[in-house]
Amino acid sequence: MTRYSALNLWRHSRQGHTQWPEAWGSPEPKSDYDVIIVGGGGHGLATAHYLAKNHGITNVAVLEKGWIGGGNTGRNTTILRSNYLWDESAALYELSLKLYEGLSKDLNYNIMLSQRGVINLAHTEHEMREVSRRVNAIRLNGIDSEILTPEQIKEMVPILNTGPGGRYPVLGGALQRRGGVARHDAVAWGLARAADSRGVDIIQNCEVTGFNIRSGQVEGVETTLGPISAKKVGVVVAGHAGVLADLAGFRLPIESHPLQALVSEPLKPFFNVVLMSGTVHVYLSQSDRGELVMGAGMDTYNSYAQRGSLPIIEQMLGACLELFPVLSRLKVMRMWGGIVDICPDASPIIGKTPVDNLFFNCGWGTGGFKATPGSGYVFADTIAKGEPHALAAPFSLDRFSTGALIDEHGAAAVAH
Amino acid sequence: MLLIPCPWCGARAEKEFKPGGEAGIVRPLDPDALDDAAWADYLFNRANPKGWHRERWIHALGCRRWFNVERHTATHEIRATWPMGETSPDDVERGK
Repeated sequence: MTRYSALNLWRHSRQGHTQWPEAWGSPEPKSDYDVIIVGGGGHGLATAHYLAKNHGITNVAVLEKGWIGGGNTGRNTTILRSNYLWDESAALYELSLKLYEGLSKDLNYNIMLSQRGVINLAHTEHEMREVSRRVNAIRLNGIDSEILTPEQIKEMVPILNTGPGGRYPVLGGALQRRGGVARHDAVAWGLARAADSRGVDIIQNCEVTGFNIRSGQVEGVETTLGPISAKKVGVVVAGHAGVLADLAGFRLPIESHPLQALVSEPLKPFFNVVLMSGTVHVYLSQSDRGELVMGAGMDTYNSYAQRGSLPIIEQMLGACLELFPVLSRLKVMRMWGGIVDICPDASPIIGKTPVDNLFFNCGWGTGGFKATPGSGYVFADTIAKGEPHALAAPFSLDRFSTGALIDEHGAAAVAH
Repeated sequence: MLLIPCPWCGARAEKEFKPGGEAGIVRPLDPDALDDAAWADYLFNRANPKGWHRERWIHALGCRRWFNVERHTATHEIRATWPMGETSPDDVERGK
């Protein structure tokens, strides 16, 4: 791997930047691996990266049916934060945010992390009480969080409508200063390059069509490029976990829904935080290119279509105008949808399955991007040791029969 | 946007409806006889197919009645709708 550095940049500039090697290879699949990761999104690539880096397991293949980072990794609104209410979630998302803070250096790849702060607005008395409960709970977990007055919010986002004329006046909010955004493609590409440099095979355009299971134990997968055997298989396929579980012969407490997002035409920089509102229901930030990036609730019907319905977009834009009436003539440039796997308690499932040596990491719902490195870290550990990592253990599949649910509906600071 | 044919009101815009998830889940007659895994399966596990899916919808801003829909989850095509308690047109054809 050629390191990205000022010196190498200068060296390559002398050849007109024509001699840079590929960031990762395109190998043919071998017949046999120690570990196969199904799904080449951020979480799958992070799992491969940490398997190689932390556990020395490098005989690994990442199988991706499309191109890496082309699913939800490239379809989210790139928001990072760890201000979750429950201890189990807070620990997992905080691990992830800490890994993000060192990720550019770890990967030798600029993920363009921008810790510009995430503000959750409160528009009602009840929400203000909820904000103070949540902020204090989060601080008790050692995670930065603070309560803002409308004046402080106005100072940070002067263009926000906090006036008394609003239908939903801003009464205050919660701020996590370490929250922010990162370039989602760079996260996938940086992880792929780092994993590849340690010997992981990244195989694109290779769809898994079945599992080879003998006496309750997985021995490999069937793919569009033929069968590949493996000692262990980790499945990390946001949006399609139910389909893959079906192939492996068990059921999951998951429903798949479209989650839409959109960007506006570019504007000059006018606000430099991430703004979320659960009441008018929109979350938005301004990208480095000046576009407003926004998202809102998911479509409530089951779907695998990677597109949603227009009423969601109408509601989202209405919410945006409630916060920023000045944007009423702004044009929408692109909109798209991704498929998110929703669990009944809105928390992910990480760990063992009814099939031996087959592990699932799924159900991240509407908030998977912020968890990318943390998810890969604990899932790699779980696969390597065959037992759940301490932070992943509460998120086991059997919590649905033991009743130890982690109810993050609404508790995660924004409702879907 | 979906155009949903309500069995009573005819085709109406999706905005008038709310989906209610998988159709045809039967509450166990004797819950005490189930172990935790079977109860969890009834309570939480759902068919989540990429393909034809039988689901419940309510015409919330119309006649406010629940009904069944068979819809394709990859194309969003709606093949049939039928009232609660009745047999789907497909099953009638197959003599179920």
